[in-house]
Amino acid sequence: MSSLLQMNDITKSYGSKHALNDVSLEIGPGKIVGLLGSNGSGKSTLMKMVSGLVQPTRGTLTVAGIPVGLKSKGLVSFMPDRPLTESWMKVRDAIVFFQDFYDDFDIAKAREMLQFMKLNESDRVNVLSKGMNERLQLTLALSRDAKLYLLDEPIGGVDPVARGKILDAIVEYYNEDSSIIISTHLVRDIERIFDEVIFIREGEIVMQEEVENIRIKYGKSVDDMFKEVYAE
Amino acid sequence: MSIEFDNNLPIYLQIMNYIKRQIVTGTLKSGDKILSVRELAAELQINPNTIQRTFQELEREEIVETRRGLGRYVTSEESKIMGIKKEMAGELLDRFINGMQELGFAEQDIVSIVAEAVTEVPEPDQDRGVNHRE
Repeated sequence: MSSLLQMNDITKSYGSKHALNDVSLEIGPGKIVGLLGSNGSGKSTLMKMVSGLVQPTRGTLTVAGIPVGLKSKGLVSFMPDRPLTESWMKVRDAIVFFQDFYDDFDIAKAREMLQFMKLNESDRVNVLSKGMNERLQLTLALSRDAKLYLLDEPIGGVDPVARGKILDAIVEYYNEDSSIIISTHLVRDIERIFDEVIFIREGEIVMQEEVENIRIKYGKSVDDMFKEVYAE
Repeated sequence: MSIEFDNNLPIYLQIMNYIKRQIVTGTLKSGDKILSVRELAAELQINPNTIQRTFQELEREEIVETRRGLGRYVTSEESKIMGIKKEMAGELLDRFINGMQELGFAEQDIVSIVAEAVTEVPEPDQDRGVNHRE
Protein backbone atom coordinates (compact mmCIF):
# COMPACT_ATOMS: atom_id res chain seq x y z
CA MET A 1 0.00 0.00 0.00
CA SER A 2 1.72 3.12 -1.17
CA SER A 3 -0.58 5.99 -0.35
CA LEU A 4 -2.92 6.47 2.57
CA LEU A 5 -4.76 9.36 1.04
CA GLN A 6 -5.16 10.11 -2.61
CA MET A 7 -7.17 13.01 -3.98
CA ASN A 8 -7.59 13.43 -7.73
CA ASP A 9 -8.83 16.69 -9.26
CA ILE A 10 -11.18 17.45 -6.40
CA THR A 11 -13.45 20.45 -6.71
CA LYS A 12 -16.06 21.52 -4.21
CA SER A 13 -18.38 24.32 -5.16
CA TYR A 14 -20.93 26.12 -3.07
CA GLY A 15 -22.94 27.89 -5.77
CA SER A 16 -20.43 29.83 -7.81
CA LYS A 17 -17.81 29.80 -5.06
CA HIS A 18 -15.09 27.13 -5.14
CA ALA A 19 -14.13 25.98 -1.64
CA LEU A 20 -11.66 23.57 -3.25
CA ASN A 21 -10.51 23.94 -6.81
CA ASP A 22 -8.92 21.05 -8.69
CA VAL A 23 -7.03 19.68 -5.72
CA SER A 24 -4.78 16.66 -6.23
CA LEU A 25 -2.52 15.29 -3.54
CA GLU A 26 -1.12 12.12 -2.09
CA ILE A 27 -0.05 11.28 1.44
CA GLY A 28 1.97 8.20 2.34
CA PRO A 29 1.82 6.16 5.57
CA GLY A 30 3.77 7.07 8.70
CA LYS A 31 3.69 10.81 8.15
CA ILE A 32 2.71 13.83 10.19
CA VAL A 33 1.50 16.36 7.67
CA GLY A 34 0.76 20.02 8.26
CA LEU A 35 -2.16 21.44 6.30
CA LEU A 36 -1.40 25.12 6.38
CA GLY A 37 -3.57 27.98 5.26
CA SER A 38 -5.28 31.10 6.51
CA ASN A 39 -8.91 31.15 7.60
CA GLY A 40 -11.24 30.26 4.75
CA SER A 41 -8.52 28.72 2.58
CA GLY A 42 -10.30 25.35 2.40
CA LYS A 43 -8.56 23.40 5.19
CA SER A 44 -11.72 22.38 7.00
CA THR A 45 -13.59 21.58 3.79
CA LEU A 46 -10.75 19.28 2.77
CA MET A 47 -10.78 17.50 6.14
CA LYS A 48 -14.55 17.11 6.17
CA MET A 49 -14.38 15.66 2.70
CA VAL A 50 -11.72 13.12 3.64
CA SER A 51 -13.86 12.04 6.60
CA GLY A 52 -16.85 11.64 4.29
CA LEU A 53 -18.92 14.46 5.75
CA VAL A 54 -18.84 16.60 2.62
CA GLN A 55 -19.21 15.31 -0.93
CA PRO A 56 -16.94 16.58 -3.68
CA THR A 57 -18.63 18.29 -6.62
CA ARG A 58 -16.08 16.67 -8.93
CA GLY A 59 -13.12 14.34 -8.57
CA THR A 60 -12.27 11.15 -6.68
CA LEU A 61 -10.63 10.44 -3.37
CA THR A 62 -9.54 7.25 -1.63
CA VAL A 63 -8.26 6.38 1.83
CA ALA A 64 -5.94 3.37 1.86
CA GLY A 65 -7.22 2.54 -1.60
CA ILE A 66 -10.90 2.58 -0.57
CA PRO A 67 -13.19 5.23 -2.09
CA VAL A 68 -14.38 7.62 0.61
CA GLY A 69 -17.81 6.54 1.80
CA LEU A 70 -19.29 4.30 4.46
CA LYS A 71 -16.44 1.79 4.31
CA SER A 72 -13.70 4.37 4.64
CA LYS A 73 -15.19 5.92 7.80
CA GLY A 74 -13.66 3.24 9.99
CA LEU A 75 -10.23 4.20 8.67
CA VAL A 76 -10.47 7.89 9.45
CA SER A 77 -10.52 9.54 12.85
CA PHE A 78 -11.55 13.17 12.64
CA MET A 79 -11.15 15.79 15.36
CA PRO A 80 -13.27 18.74 14.18
CA ASP A 81 -12.58 22.31 15.21
CA ARG A 82 -15.72 22.22 17.38
CA PRO A 83 -16.00 19.74 20.27
CA LEU A 84 -17.91 16.52 19.65
CA THR A 85 -18.92 16.23 23.28
CA GLU A 86 -22.22 17.35 24.79
CA SER A 87 -22.42 19.85 27.64
CA TRP A 88 -24.06 17.38 30.08
CA MET A 89 -21.15 14.95 29.78
CA LYS A 90 -18.38 14.26 32.19
CA VAL A 91 -15.02 13.16 30.78
CA ARG A 92 -16.03 9.59 31.64
CA ASP A 93 -19.25 9.89 29.61
CA ALA A 94 -17.36 11.23 26.62
CA ILE A 95 -15.08 8.20 26.71
CA VAL A 96 -18.03 5.79 26.97
CA PHE A 97 -19.82 7.65 24.18
CA PHE A 98 -16.86 7.16 21.88
CA GLN A 99 -16.44 3.55 22.95
CA ASP A 100 -20.09 2.88 22.05
CA PHE A 101 -19.78 4.68 18.79
CA TYR A 102 -16.53 3.30 17.41
CA ASP A 103 -15.55 -0.37 17.29
CA ASP A 104 -11.89 0.55 17.07
CA PHE A 105 -11.88 2.73 20.19
CA ASP A 106 -9.08 1.61 22.52
CA ILE A 107 -10.29 2.26 26.06
CA ALA A 108 -6.95 1.34 27.64
CA LYS A 109 -5.13 3.83 25.44
CA ALA A 110 -7.76 6.47 26.23
CA ARG A 111 -7.28 5.99 29.99
CA GLU A 112 -3.51 6.19 29.61
CA MET A 113 -3.82 9.37 27.56
CA LEU A 114 -6.20 10.93 30.08
CA GLN A 115 -3.54 10.47 32.73
CA PHE A 116 -0.87 11.89 30.47
CA MET A 117 -3.14 14.86 29.75
CA LYS A 118 -3.93 15.30 33.47
CA LEU A 119 -7.65 14.97 32.84
CA ASN A 120 -10.00 13.53 35.48
CA GLU A 121 -12.77 11.22 34.43
CA SER A 122 -15.13 12.92 36.87
CA ASP A 123 -14.60 16.42 35.43
CA ARG A 124 -17.55 17.95 33.66
CA VAL A 125 -16.84 18.69 30.02
CA ASN A 126 -18.44 22.14 30.03
CA VAL A 127 -16.26 23.45 32.86
CA LEU A 128 -13.00 22.43 31.19
CA SER A 129 -10.79 25.27 30.01
CA LYS A 130 -10.20 25.64 26.29
CA GLY A 131 -6.80 23.96 26.62
CA MET A 132 -8.17 21.06 28.68
CA ASN A 133 -11.01 20.61 26.24
CA GLU A 134 -8.59 20.39 23.31
CA ARG A 135 -6.66 17.78 25.28
CA LEU A 136 -9.85 15.78 25.72
CA GLN A 137 -10.82 16.04 22.06
CA LEU A 138 -7.35 14.92 21.05
CA THR A 139 -7.51 11.98 23.47
CA LEU A 140 -10.81 10.91 21.93
CA ALA A 141 -9.52 11.20 18.37
CA LEU A 142 -6.16 9.47 18.92
CA SER A 143 -7.64 6.61 20.96
CA ARG A 144 -9.25 5.19 17.86
CA ASP A 145 -7.22 2.67 15.91
CA ALA A 146 -7.46 4.43 12.55
CA LYS A 147 -5.27 4.73 9.48
CA LEU A 148 -5.66 8.43 9.05
CA TYR A 149 -6.12 11.02 11.78
CA LEU A 150 -7.40 14.45 10.90
CA LEU A 151 -6.90 17.12 13.52
CA ASP A 152 -8.54 20.41 12.69
CA GLU A 153 -6.79 23.27 14.52
CA PRO A 154 -5.80 21.26 17.62
CA ILE A 155 -3.75 24.13 19.04
CA GLY A 156 -5.92 27.07 18.05
CA GLY A 157 -6.52 29.46 20.94
CA VAL A 158 -4.64 27.30 23.41
CA ASP A 159 -1.98 28.60 25.82
CA PRO A 160 1.69 27.59 25.35
CA VAL A 161 1.66 25.02 28.17
CA ALA A 162 -1.33 23.16 26.79
CA ARG A 163 0.11 23.52 23.31
CA GLY A 164 3.31 21.79 24.43
CA LYS A 165 1.31 19.03 26.06
CA ILE A 166 -0.76 18.51 22.92
CA LEU A 167 2.36 18.31 20.72
CA ASP A 168 3.90 15.86 23.21
CA ALA A 169 0.83 13.67 23.04
CA ILE A 170 0.76 13.67 19.25
CA VAL A 171 4.39 12.57 19.04
CA GLU A 172 4.00 10.09 21.88
CA TYR A 173 0.75 8.41 20.93
CA TYR A 174 0.62 8.35 17.19
CA ASN A 175 1.01 4.99 15.56
CA GLU A 176 3.74 4.72 12.96
CA ASP A 177 1.70 2.89 10.32
CA SER A 178 -0.89 5.62 10.24
CA SER A 179 -0.66 9.24 9.20
CA ILE A 180 -1.85 12.43 10.82
CA ILE A 181 -2.97 15.56 9.04
CA ILE A 182 -2.97 18.63 11.25
CA SER A 183 -4.51 21.84 10.02
CA THR A 184 -3.28 25.07 11.53
CA HIS A 185 -2.34 28.64 10.80
CA LEU A 186 0.00 28.74 13.82
CA VAL A 187 3.05 27.39 12.09
CA ARG A 188 5.99 28.36 14.25
CA ASP A 189 5.11 26.34 17.33
CA ILE A 190 4.31 23.17 15.54
CA GLU A 191 6.51 22.97 12.44
CA ARG A 192 9.08 20.71 14.09
CA ILE A 193 6.68 17.81 14.37
CA PHE A 194 5.81 17.77 10.67
CA ASP A 195 7.28 15.50 8.00
CA GLU A 196 5.75 17.51 5.25
CA VAL A 197 3.50 20.48 4.79
CA ILE A 198 0.78 21.32 2.32
CA PHE A 199 0.09 25.00 1.68
CA ILE A 200 -3.47 25.70 0.66
CA ARG A 201 -4.71 29.09 -0.52
CA GLU A 202 -8.16 29.99 -1.81
CA GLY A 203 -8.99 26.34 -2.29
CA GLU A 204 -5.87 25.49 -4.26
CA ILE A 205 -2.72 23.61 -3.29
CA VAL A 206 0.20 26.00 -3.56
CA MET A 207 2.93 23.66 -2.37
CA GLN A 208 3.53 20.23 -0.89
CA GLU A 209 7.04 19.70 0.42
CA GLU A 210 9.06 17.91 3.07
CA VAL A 211 9.86 20.37 5.82
CA GLU A 212 13.56 19.53 6.03
CA ASN A 213 13.76 20.15 2.27
CA ILE A 214 12.33 23.63 2.75
CA ARG A 215 15.10 24.32 5.26
CA ILE A 216 17.81 22.78 3.08
CA LYS A 217 16.68 24.22 -0.27
CA TYR A 218 15.59 27.67 0.80
CA GLY A 219 17.37 28.10 4.14
CA LYS A 220 14.03 29.12 5.59
CA SER A 221 11.74 28.00 8.33
CA VAL A 222 8.32 26.70 7.36
CA ASP A 223 6.90 29.69 9.21
CA ASP A 224 8.84 32.14 7.01
CA MET A 225 7.87 30.21 3.90
CA PHE A 226 4.26 30.34 5.01
CA LYS A 227 4.40 34.10 5.48
CA GLU A 228 5.96 34.49 2.05
CA VAL A 229 3.35 32.34 0.32
CA TYR A 230 0.50 34.21 1.96
CA ALA A 231 1.92 37.71 1.75
CA GLU A 232 0.13 39.84 -0.78
CA MET B 1 18.15 18.19 28.40
CA SER B 2 17.01 21.00 26.23
CA ILE B 3 17.98 22.54 22.95
CA GLU B 4 17.07 25.77 21.20
CA PHE B 5 16.25 24.97 17.62
CA ASP B 6 16.69 27.32 14.73
CA ASN B 7 13.78 26.56 12.41
CA ASN B 8 15.72 27.99 9.45
CA LEU B 9 18.21 25.13 9.51
CA PRO B 10 17.62 21.40 8.99
CA ILE B 11 16.53 20.02 12.33
CA TYR B 12 18.31 16.68 11.91
CA LEU B 13 21.67 18.47 11.61
CA GLN B 14 20.96 20.42 14.78
CA ILE B 15 20.13 17.26 16.70
CA MET B 16 23.26 15.56 15.33
CA ASN B 17 25.36 18.44 16.65
CA TYR B 18 23.51 18.34 19.93
CA ILE B 19 24.29 14.66 20.42
CA LYS B 20 27.89 15.12 19.29
CA ARG B 21 28.33 17.91 21.81
CA GLN B 22 26.93 15.67 24.53
CA ILE B 23 29.47 13.02 23.61
CA VAL B 24 32.39 15.45 23.51
CA THR B 25 31.50 17.04 26.83
CA GLY B 26 31.07 13.65 28.45
CA THR B 27 27.33 13.93 29.16
CA LEU B 28 27.06 10.86 26.96
CA LYS B 29 29.96 8.51 27.49
CA SER B 30 31.53 6.04 25.15
CA GLY B 31 29.43 2.85 25.21
CA ASP B 32 26.38 4.58 26.75
CA LYS B 33 22.96 3.61 25.52
CA ILE B 34 21.12 6.47 23.85
CA LEU B 35 17.41 7.23 23.95
CA SER B 36 15.07 5.52 21.51
CA VAL B 37 13.57 7.41 18.58
CA ARG B 38 10.27 7.63 20.43
CA GLU B 39 11.80 8.88 23.66
CA LEU B 40 13.95 11.52 22.05
CA ALA B 41 11.09 12.62 19.77
CA ALA B 42 8.82 13.10 22.78
CA GLU B 43 11.50 14.82 24.81
CA LEU B 44 12.47 17.30 22.11
CA GLN B 45 8.96 17.51 20.60
CA ILE B 46 10.33 16.61 17.20
CA ASN B 47 8.95 14.51 14.41
CA PRO B 48 10.04 10.87 14.96
CA ASN B 49 11.14 10.50 11.33
CA THR B 50 13.51 13.44 11.81
CA ILE B 51 15.03 11.67 14.83
CA GLN B 52 15.28 8.50 12.78
CA ARG B 53 17.21 10.40 10.12
CA THR B 54 19.50 11.89 12.78
CA PHE B 55 20.36 8.42 14.06
CA GLN B 56 20.92 7.09 10.54
CA GLU B 57 23.40 9.87 9.85
CA LEU B 58 25.16 9.29 13.18
CA GLU B 59 25.38 5.60 12.33
CA ARG B 60 26.79 6.42 8.91
CA GLU B 61 29.46 8.50 10.62
CA GLU B 62 30.00 5.54 12.95
CA ILE B 63 29.45 7.68 16.02
CA VAL B 64 26.49 5.60 17.09
CA GLU B 65 26.09 1.86 16.64
CA THR B 66 23.00 -0.29 16.70
CA ARG B 67 23.12 -3.55 18.58
CA ARG B 68 20.40 -5.75 17.29
CA GLY B 69 17.49 -5.96 19.68
CA LEU B 70 19.22 -3.86 22.30
CA GLY B 71 19.16 -0.33 20.97
CA ARG B 72 21.67 2.28 19.99
CA TYR B 73 24.94 2.99 21.76
CA VAL B 74 27.63 5.62 21.60
CA THR B 75 30.65 4.20 19.82
CA SER B 76 33.33 2.70 22.03
CA GLU B 77 36.04 3.72 19.59
CA GLU B 78 37.93 6.62 21.13
CA SER B 79 39.28 7.62 17.72
CA LYS B 80 35.74 8.43 16.54
CA ILE B 81 35.15 10.62 19.54
CA MET B 82 38.47 12.33 18.95
CA GLY B 83 37.30 12.81 15.36
CA ILE B 84 34.24 14.74 16.56
CA LYS B 85 36.43 16.89 18.77
CA LYS B 86 38.69 17.73 15.85
CA GLU B 87 35.71 18.51 13.66
CA MET B 88 34.27 20.86 16.28
CA ALA B 89 37.66 22.43 16.93
CA GLY B 90 38.00 23.03 13.20
CA GLU B 91 34.66 24.84 13.08
CA LEU B 92 35.60 26.92 16.10
CA LEU B 93 38.93 27.83 14.56
CA ASP B 94 37.42 28.81 11.22
CA ARG B 95 35.00 31.11 12.93
CA PHE B 96 37.76 32.59 15.08
CA ILE B 97 40.15 33.15 12.20
CA ASN B 98 37.43 34.72 10.07
CA GLY B 99 36.56 37.04 12.93
CA MET B 100 40.20 38.03 13.45
CA GLN B 101 40.70 38.66 9.74
CA GLU B 102 37.63 40.86 9.71
CA LEU B 103 39.25 42.85 12.51
CA GLY B 104 42.25 43.32 10.21
CA PHE B 105 44.79 41.00 11.81
CA ALA B 106 47.29 39.26 9.54
CA GLU B 107 48.08 35.55 9.90
CA GLN B 108 51.29 36.19 11.87
CA ASP B 109 49.52 38.50 14.30
CA ILE B 110 46.76 35.96 14.88
CA VAL B 111 49.27 33.24 15.71
CA SER B 112 51.17 35.42 18.18
CA ILE B 113 47.96 36.69 19.80
CA VAL B 114 46.79 33.12 20.31
CA ALA B 115 50.19 32.02 21.63
CA GLU B 116 50.16 34.89 24.09
CA ALA B 117 46.61 34.18 25.21
CA VAL B 118 47.34 30.51 25.81
CA THR B 119 50.44 31.13 27.93
CA GLU B 120 48.67 33.72 30.11
CA VAL B 121 46.71 32.47 33.05
CA PRO B 122 43.16 33.09 31.81
CA GLU B 123 41.18 35.49 33.95
CA PRO B 124 37.56 34.64 34.63
CA ASP B 125 36.35 37.63 32.58
CA GLN B 126 38.24 36.54 29.50
CA ASP B 127 37.06 33.03 29.95
CA ARG B 128 33.45 34.08 29.92
CA GLY B 129 34.00 36.24 26.88
CA VAL B 130 35.27 33.32 24.87
CA ASN B 131 32.39 31.10 25.86
CA HIS B 132 29.86 33.72 24.90
CA ARG B 133 31.27 34.02 21.44
CA GLU B 134 30.31 30.39 20.75
